[in-house]
Amino acid sequence: MKFDLVIAGVGGQGTVLASRVIARAAMEAGWQVRTSETIGMAQREGCVVSHVRVGDRLAGALIPDGRADVLLGFELAEAARALKKLAAGGRAIVNDEVIMPTSVSAGLSRYPVQDIRRYLEEELPGVCFLKASALAREAGNIRCANVVMLGALSTFPGLPFTPEGLLEAVLETVPNRYRDINRKAFEIGRRAMGVY
Amino acid sequence: MAVPGKMLLMGNEAIARGAVEAGVQVVAGYPGTPSSEVLETLARFSRDYGFYVEWSVNEKAALEVAAGAAYAGARAMVTMKQVGLNVAADPLMTLAYIGVKGGLVLVVADDPGPHSSQNEQDTRKFAHFAGLPVLDPSTPQEAKDMTVAAFEISERLGLPVILRPTTRTCHVCQDVILGPLPAARNQCRFEKNPGWVILPALAYKKHIWLNRKQEEMALLFNSVPFNRAEIKGKTGIVASGVSYNYVLEALEMLGLEASLLKIGTPYPLPGDLVLDFLSRMERVLVVEEQEPVVEDQIIHLAWRHKLPLAVAGKNDGLVPREGELDTDRVAAALRKFFGLEEEKRAAGAVHPVPELPLRPPVLCAGCPHRPVFYGFREALKDYDPVFTGDIGCYTLGVVPPLNALDTCLCMGASVTIASGLSRVERGRKHVAFLGDSTFFHAGVTGLINAVYNNADITLVILDNSTTAMTGHQPHPGIGKRASGDPARKIDIAGLVRGCGVEHILQVDAYNLGEVMQAAREAVEHEGPSVVIARRECVALTGPGGRYRVDAETCVGCLTCVESFGCPALNRDDEDRISISEKCTGCGVCAQVCPAGAIEEEEQL
Ligand code: SF4
Ligand code: SF4
Repeated sequence: MKFDLVIAGVGGQGTVLASRVIARAAMEAGWQVRTSETIGMAQREGCVVSHVRVGDRLAGALIPDGRADVLLGFELAEAARALKKLAAGGRAIVNDEVIMPTSVSAGLSRYPVQDIRRYLEEELPGVCFLKASALAREAGNIRCANVVMLGALSTFPGLPFTPEGLLEAVLETVPNRYRDINRKAFEIGRRAMGVY
Repeated sequence: MAVPGKMLLMGNEAIARGAVEAGVQVVAGYPGTPSSEVLETLARFSRDYGFYVEWSVNEKAALEVAAGAAYAGARAMVTMKQVGLNVAADPLMTLAYIGVKGGLVLVVADDPGPHSSQNEQDTRKFAHFAGLPVLDPSTPQEAKDMTVAAFEISERLGLPVILRPTTRTCHVCQDVILGPLPAARNQCRFEKNPGWVILPALAYKKHIWLNRKQEEMALLFNSVPFNRAEIKGKTGIVASGVSYNYVLEALEMLGLEASLLKIGTPYPLPGDLVLDFLSRMERVLVVEEQEPVVEDQIIHLAWRHKLPLAVAGKNDGLVPREGELDTDRVAAALRKFFGLEEEKRAAGAVHPVPELPLRPPVLCAGCPHRPVFYGFREALKDYDPVFTGDIGCYTLGVVPPLNALDTCLCMGASVTIASGLSRVERGRKHVAFLGDSTFFHAGVTGLINAVYNNADITLVILDNSTTAMTGHQPHPGIGKRASGDPARKIDIAGLVRGCGVEHILQVDAYNLGEVMQAAREAVEHEGPSVVIARRECVALTGPGGRYRVDAETCVGCLTCVESFGCPALNRDDEDRISISEKCTGCGVCAQVCPAGAIEEEEQL
């Protein structure tokens, strides 16, 4: 068994928590796990990528290009940047929300939102777009967008853990006082994928 | 971190766990990515397990503190990043001659890439230079096991041992199998002996002793579990550290088979084990990150023993010497080594990738460093000043649109580089910027030097009451120790005064008028002047309100986004400015806006 998942986003979006939660759920389900996260300078609004690997015979923590089974794009352009990691036929959930880098506001770089969205649609037939921050706000805290994405992920068939296992890992990872909000964010993420 | 079993641990946490299992007694270090979480984790458990932990003022102090404890027989650990070892090099090089009584383990984290460092120096090479053994873990599990072993090896050899994880071990999580906690700790008493006092005559004798130790280490490493060979034919791959993982996966991806030699002790190599492996091979490929440390030793061994062996790796350009490796890069090297075709373009990616926005890291929304850089840059526009920078979050002052730094070299260099520049361009204004933690680490000596030699510079100390970049560790200026216990707070202004600086200005970093006024005043002063800009790191304090742009009043000058550049300020396709939920309410953009169009949102 081998299951590789990539999370791509922007520093500050909670990608590290998300990859740890997935690893935790997989470990509880009895698998070996590896994660590799971006920690350091890039966490200040830079591009961050987490790799999560699950299996029964693991070596390195970095997923080779074109091998990931699932891509969680926490931000539109970052999903496009990380697309090369996804295997042909791999599945993706993309947060259809844009975080404008200062380089764009300063007029030093462009963010062609429509082109990037079209590119993702063309490359990923059946890609699921959702608005994670808006949904998180509905749950009560915009910072739970990462857990909304995890809730959405939990609806995929063939994951190396159950939706309940993933939710359990979320609740064990977040501080006690945020449990209810995160439970709600997780459920809202599932509903956004049409699963109740 | 209590019961034996399995836990999801980050490599740095696994190393900390290893230290606890080994019965560590004293831990010292200075923060530096990717090493910081080792000491942070140990600090959290120091009370429960009864050992001592400190953030030292710099790596040299940390190593000496740990060495002192080890002289008395304690098990001691010191943690730092690769460039920190340069600061600790002075004690290290002679400590190798003196040796230790209790086990002393240096955790020195390398950062090939580099991801968060100013260079890609290879600590394995440093170990070779110092004549000290170095362990190179491939996974968090191995990092934990190696940590336990490192203490034993250190005591057996009477020498410090270096554990050198890389970013892809430090910041990788794994399901780690825990070991038992120690039953007893080392008894400590410093025994007086002339052997602790290095003098030239002793140094000569100890140099002979250290050289003999190299053979003892190589012998010892033949039987550690971190080195192992698997023979499958006359073509072999030798891999050190994390590269071993990439080799395994790349061989599988390409459907290849080869003999494999996994190296966990890149210096010294386990001589007999390696020779035995090499003598069965016709050709080998050496795969390792950074410098050809293992490869050069193998070439040396093969030549000395006249082995009819071809050695491929970095010397013939098959394996890249710069940047970090991964399975894809190793697969490319294997293809060449095995004479396979170059890889065809991967499936997918049929459509051209659209233009993607640049996203370099930037200072946080509301970061107190931004107004200081902005204020100095604007206030000194007419002077064409030189701004020298230093190591910390504020290195990001170089990123457009701030463009506020002209140099960055190493910890503490801002003040001394400015001093040097001022010697040859008299009349030009030289302003050095460094943070509070960096000031304690290596800035104080540079400032004393500037005062002593009367350098005409201005030093700006960005005092945000933390060591922000590496994850907000405490330092001598904030009244808290690594363990969370209260500490005497060293007053930066008092220290600066004590260094002999007469012209000191203290400002609130969020008050742009104050900052700009201080900038003009400080550079007009002849001789060294210091501006202390205070305001706590906003990542610690959290938001305290929110600002908005009044579209009616905004004149569209774009000053806020093109010159100041807080990440909470967004500009749309029609050049309308808005403020996102990232806003922390610092209010500086309102002071930057020439039209008065930015105002605080009313609280609900
Ligand atoms: S962490 Fe603190 S010092 Fe670093 S960029 Fe953010 S606000 Fe500034
Ligand atoms: S008040 Fe202005 S400068 Fe401060 S965080 Fe908000 S948008 Fe940024």
